[in-house]
Order: sequence, then C-alpha cells, then structure tokens
Amino acid sequence: MATKNYAGVTVDVNEEGYFTDPGQWTKEVAAEIAKEEGIDLTDKHLEVLDYLRTKFISGEALSIRGINKSGVVDVKTFYQLFPGAPLKKSTKIAGIPKPSSCV
Amino acid sequence: MNKLLILGAGTGGTIMANKMRKELSRDEWKITIIDQHKTHYYQPGFLFIPFGYYKKEDVIKPKQNFLPPGVNSIYQKVEKIEADANKLTLANGEILNYDILIIATGTRINPDETPGLKGELWHKKIYDFYTIEGAIALGKFFKTWEGGNLVINIADNPIKCPVAPLEFAFFADAFFTDRGMRDKVNITYVTPLSGAFTKPRSSKLLGSLLEEKNINLVPDFFLGEVDNENQKIIDFGGKEIPFDCMISIPLHNGDPVIEESGLGDDFGFVPADKHTLQSNAHENIFVIGDAGNFPTSKAGSVVHFMAEILHENLLCYIENRPLTGSFDGHSNCFIETGHGKGALIDFNYETEPLPGYFPLPGIGPMGLLKVTRLNHYGKLMFRWIYWHILLRGKDMPIDADMTMAGKKVD
Repeated sequence: MATKNYAGVTVDVNEEGYFTDPGQWTKEVAAEIAKEEGIDLTDKHLEVLDYLRTKFISGEALSIRGINKSGVVDVKTFYQLFPGAPLKKSTKIAGIPKPSSCV
Repeated sequence: MNKLLILGAGTGGTIMANKMRKELSRDEWKITIIDQHKTHYYQPGFLFIPFGYYKKEDVIKPKQNFLPPGVNSIYQKVEKIEADANKLTLANGEILNYDILIIATGTRINPDETPGLKGELWHKKIYDFYTIEGAIALGKFFKTWEGGNLVINIADNPIKCPVAPLEFAFFADAFFTDRGMRDKVNITYVTPLSGAFTKPRSSKLLGSLLEEKNINLVPDFFLGEVDNENQKIIDFGGKEIPFDCMISIPLHNGDPVIEESGLGDDFGFVPADKHTLQSNAHENIFVIGDAGNFPTSKAGSVVHFMAEILHENLLCYIENRPLTGSFDGHSNCFIETGHGKGALIDFNYETEPLPGYFPLPGIGPMGLLKVTRLNHYGKLMFRWIYWHILLRGKDMPIDADMTMAGKKVD
C-alpha cells in the first residue's frame, strides 16, 4: 500500500490515490489534495465534502443523483465546484473511497 | 393465526411464497401475497424482443400459475404501509395486518426524472427495453430503420441487470451485421462508469469486446437532459452526443408505495442489512431483491440466492433465534455477446468477477470471463429453468454462497 504526504501528515492511499483510512483526513489535508486537482477550496467545497463524508460513514452509497437530492448542492454547481469528473474528484478530496457503482 | 404478508409477486415474492408455504404449518401461519398486476414477466427476455429473437408470448405467464395452494393471493394496489402499526391498506380500502412483512416490490424505470427524456421522441426515436411496451415498440422501429447514430445510454446507477445494456450493444452489432447494414449504423455506448463495466477485470474483457465490435465507448457521462429538437443527449457537465435513435436505460426507483410510506431512501429503496436482509428500521420487515438498497446487482440470480438466506432467517426470527443466514452478495450472470456466443461472470460483495471455470453439476464447467458457445446456451436454457424450477422455489445445483472453486486468482 502506498502512502502520501499532505500538509505534514502521512496518509495511506490506494493505487489511484484514494484514502484507505478516512480517519486520516483533515481540512488541511483536503486543501492540499484539492490543490493537486487544481481546485482552491472554499466553504461551499467544504460543505459538500462534509456531506460526502457523513453519507459515506453512515454506509450510504454516493451518486450524482443523491447529491442532486441532498439539498446541499445542485448538480450544475457540483460540476462547477469539481470540474470534469465531480464525484471522483470530490471523494478523493473528501478522503473516502471512490464510489464503486454496484455491479 | 400468525400472518406472513408478501408484497410483490415477482421473482422474489413468488419464490418466498413457495418456500415458506412448504415450511410453515397451515394451522399456524396464513400466507398472503399481494400484487397489483396479474401477469408475470420473464424480464431477462425483454432484451431479446427488439431483435425479434423472442416474442411477447415467450416472456409472459399468469402469476397465479406459480403460486402454491395454501397461499392467498390478492391482486390489488397497496395504498399505504403503516409499518409502526404492522398493517397496510389496499386500494379498495381493505386493511391487512401482519406479523411479518416481506417487501419484494422491485424497481422500475423513472424516465420522468430526466428533463426531456419522456418528451416528443419517446417511443418514436428514444426507446427503453426495460418495459415490455418499450421492447416491443423498439422491435417495430428496428424493422424499418435505415441506420444512423445509435446511442445506448445509462442515465445513472443503480439499474436493473447492469450487464443488459452491454448485451444490447453486442446484440445490436450482430443484428445490423446480419442485416447487411452495420456500416450504416454507428453504435455508441454512453455510461456514467469510468469504463465498460464496474470491476477492473470484467471491465477489461467487456471493453475489449466493444472495441473488437467497433462500438464507441463514452465513459463518465451523467445524463442531465435530452434535447428533443436537436436530437442530442447532454450531460451535467455540458458534454453533448447526437443521436438518430437512442436506447435509454433511465433512472431507477423503488415502488412508489415505499416512498409514500416513508420506508425508502432517496430513491425509494428500502434500507436493509446486506447480510441478514432485515429492514434497518423494523425488525419484522425483511427485504428481498431489487426493492432493497443492497450493494449488489439488481438481478434475478441475486434474488434466487437471497431467497435461501431469507428462508433461513425467517425461521430464525419466528423461533426467536439470532439470524444465522448471511448473504454474501452472490451474483451470477450470463452475458450475451452476439452471434450465438456468451460470457459468464460470478462474483459477490467482496470478490470481483474472476476468470477460470464455473463448476455446474450435470452440465459441466462453464468458462468464466470468456466468450463461449456453451454460455449462450446457458442463457437460453435459463428461461426454462426460471419458469419451471426457480420461481417454484425448488433446489438448483448452484449454492447461495459464491464458491472460489475453478476461479483463477493472480
């Protein structure tokens, strides 16, 4: 298993750079990962990250549809916040596994 | 008299009615099954209809044919479930009480949720094949279609039978090749996933099949809206893909009654334990199949494996013992790849589909993650097995728990 260093913290990541232990996440760490993805974190970003982490920790599946219904952010804004592949980018920055759609 | 109520007489509900009637004494337990429709559809057969391989008659039979004596069946819509009071109300006002409720209400497509999808082109140039009406309408359309951009799109997951859209793409390639017009049909497969399929190894095999068959792949596409006037689909990020004919796999939801009764998650699927199948909110409610929020395929094979576990856990619950049945997420799917061949995948919550052989007693080893003629016959044979063995809750020569025998691990 690989490790990476963000904001002075060593975190365990998988081969795609996703956290294997969401407990190692901090806001400072998030800001550094976001920078790697070319994103400057704002409060709105953090609100979304918080929502994703809460959902993940309670064992619920994450999806674009679910985010649209969450009331936290609509899909258009979600794409603006995390351009390109928002679900993949946001979960990476949130320190949780990449959502794997069920087969 | 104790009462077991089964909501939904599809694959899961019918199997459970058969299994539990055999198990529970008629003097002690009354079993009632409720469904709003009288016709049972063999849903895996819908895929074959647009290409003329199956007709409507091949995929329908009366539900009542599969229910055993001693099970009371009611063909009515359910208005509301009041789980805290252990009762539900039917459309005709009748109230039914239960000691145990099995929710087997399945999932259905919800094209209304995507702007423009169910617009003026619906069932004219945009078709689904997840309903009998869609599959038949598409079959008629294909008979005279002269070609163009054929776009196959999955709006977002979860969907029923996640391999069906790929099978559709393979069938379309074979179908238009056989008609001598493949050069006039440009097939594009548009998916929210990052590749052809979810798990790495099967995604690789299926992705290379798409390439081999000259089917374009557009990954990471989340359908935002359909532009009927300009005939294109647009994703939330603004990406556009033009179509002359679009095959849509729309968003899926649980049954409306689940949401209306406050029993569902955001999409109307019932949150339940993925191993014991017991509802998270009510201990006398159990969930089987597509109706649950289980992180596995919404597919008949999964339902069949779940049924064995649910059977065990219902007995545990009735006898006041800890629930010992634990579902491992086992799924087993034949994948039609066209031209009389097919592939087979076998996996569970923890183990992705692996290559190797699947030991099937009486028939012989079937190739896993490879394209063979035997796998195609396996799929065709399955329709007979479904009607005659599976729905009736009889034993099949495949264990509910996934086996590693024959699978190759690196």
